[in-house]
Amino acid sequence: MNANDSVPMVQMLSPEGDFAVPKNYAEYGSYIERLTEEDFLKFYRDMARCRRFDNEATALQRQGQLGLWIPAIGQEAAQIGSGYGVGHNDHIFPSYREHGVAITHGVELMSILKMLRGVNHGGWNPDETRFHLYGIVLGSQVLHATGYAMGVKFDGKVATGNKAEDLAVISYFGDGATAEGDISESFLFAANTHSPIVFFCQNNQWAISSPTASQTRVPLYRRGEGFGVPGIRIDGNDVLASYAVTAKHMDDAREGAGPFMIEALTYRIGAHTSSDDPTKYRSDEEVAYWTARDPLKRFEVFLRRQGIGEDFFEEVAEAGEKLASEIREATFALKNPDMEDMFKHVYSDSHPVIDEQLDWLKRYEASFGGEN
Amino acid sequence: MTNFAEMAIAKAINAGLRKAMSEDNKVLVFGEDVAQLGGVFRVTEGLHAEFGESRIFNSPIAESGIVGTAIGLAMRGYRSVAEIQFDGFIFPAFDQITTQLAKMQNRSEGFHKMPVVIRVPFGGGIGAVEHHSESPEAYFAHTPGLRVVTPSNPNDAYWMIQQAIRSDDPVMFFEPKRRYWQKGPVNLDAPPQDLYSARVLREGTDLTIVSYGPMVHTSLQAAEVAASEGISIEVIDLRSLSPIDFPTIIESVKKTGRLITVAEAPNSFSVASEVSARITEECFYHLQAPVLRVGGFDIPYPAAKLEEIYLPDADRILEAVDRSRAY
Repeated sequence: MNANDSVPMVQMLSPEGDFAVPKNYAEYGSYIERLTEEDFLKFYRDMARCRRFDNEATALQRQGQLGLWIPAIGQEAAQIGSGYGVGHNDHIFPSYREHGVAITHGVELMSILKMLRGVNHGGWNPDETRFHLYGIVLGSQVLHATGYAMGVKFDGKVATGNKAEDLAVISYFGDGATAEGDISESFLFAANTHSPIVFFCQNNQWAISSPTASQTRVPLYRRGEGFGVPGIRIDGNDVLASYAVTAKHMDDAREGAGPFMIEALTYRIGAHTSSDDPTKYRSDEEVAYWTARDPLKRFEVFLRRQGIGEDFFEEVAEAGEKLASEIREATFALKNPDMEDMFKHVYSDSHPVIDEQLDWLKRYEASFGGEN
Repeated sequence: MTNFAEMAIAKAINAGLRKAMSEDNKVLVFGEDVAQLGGVFRVTEGLHAEFGESRIFNSPIAESGIVGTAIGLAMRGYRSVAEIQFDGFIFPAFDQITTQLAKMQNRSEGFHKMPVVIRVPFGGGIGAVEHHSESPEAYFAHTPGLRVVTPSNPNDAYWMIQQAIRSDDPVMFFEPKRRYWQKGPVNLDAPPQDLYSARVLREGTDLTIVSYGPMVHTSLQAAEVAASEGISIEVIDLRSLSPIDFPTIIESVKKTGRLITVAEAPNSFSVASEVSARITEECFYHLQAPVLRVGGFDIPYPAAKLEEIYLPDADRILEAVDRSRAY
């Protein structure tokens, strides 16, 4: 299988920036018709914000300020578009590269950097934003999302007749994770219980050094079919398709349609993480091909054709520089955690063994007379 | 007047589940074949008829999915009691249990509570085929973030399952399957003690036996035989394997000076090893003999026709009693 094979795909914005809703996908077109110019600008602003954040985090990692960085460059349209397609009651279960989705739901970006600096394991509050913690073991979070969606179903919060009460769940994962049994089990549990969940697979074509072809012989959007989960492929570098298709299927899920899968075909322009060297396994030509299909450039062409002027793009660039210097300063200011923190939340109720170990550690550290 | 009922361990767990389900409608029971059938050991018998499909349901045969969805349900405010059909079938769920369930409270800095109980019938002695007689408790007791408990009698079974369900921490609940039909009195009014404390089941002065789950019964038998020979053995039922109630063991060993652990699991890297190590650290000057471990051998659980030889019995325990007393 080749990622560029002739699989039908929802695309509204061509790589050249031409907008058209294909006739056979008209059901998604109405979601674009409802968007205002301010929505378009917001999409672009956040894609650019995500890119700038990403570049600054890469620099911080190179300078030793972060233990690791996980770039999402190239995937901004898939993430910002789908993120805005998720409603404010809905719950999001991300993998570890969903910085763009985090931006659309108001997650404090420093909490992501805190985690990658090694201050904690991701201690943001999922209730404020409905954006759950990053899942690092591939596919694990998709079962949690499925369980959550089953709970929503048991609570009767699907198709209540009151849109403000309904909610659905979306779970993000990559092409590599689809090979994990947890993803297959998620499809099965979700389908059997007819739970309100959208499975959003960003096929960025590389699982570290393994191409998508090593995870599947059949296009990924069809992975759920045998379990009873229909799917569709979208152009993941088209922010409008990503938004419209996600919004439509989240609406459907809230209204009782059951689970659905979206495969967003995109490309990981950067490395898997700051520890990776992609030059060892992929060609410059391939990277150049996809860099030419950069989701930001495509959307910029579209916006300029809509009459958006230079002022806007300058303002976005300035905001990016401001963000970069803010997160740089905030990273330098991050305090190391207290040693008690690693014992504090292992259990809800007190546990004699670790209480005793913390007590010992405190006495041990104190034995150095405060010089630690 | 205290209300007592005579019931077997399986029925006591069933009654405990029924009580927990009636008291809190967020308690869900699911797993393979737990609904209409009542589970392969009938532990959940009758609950489906009483509470219906919204509270107790059959899961697909996918153990990772069972535990993974229980985690998601916990995030949504449910308290799941998930059944793993047999000890040897828990390993497809090992990843979700150890990398997710055990770590979620820590990862979320206490934001997500994880009130999930995983029920596992464990241990041998039932003449079963491979994978149906194992004692995998050490894997879980070794994993920070989990609590591991096992009842040895109907009263504990009835109360410990309810206490486990009320816990905000994930609890691995190991059920001694070959003792499922062993009857005993259940006090329906009040729990005997805290979930994580051990209990001295028989007092003695010459030697302490620490055991848990199915081997408690065997240990009591051995103590009875020893008594007829004039040897006074104290028998402690750990009940909780993580955390282990060390103060109760320490107090006993300070009195007797001798300790033997008894379990079905292979000895190496086991709960027994942990008890032995800790007691050596804490009671070094009180010990008259090294701590001895009576357990399974470090081999895969054997075919049924050999399990009588594999499993510790009263004679194997008494052999260790003799060795300990010979020091």
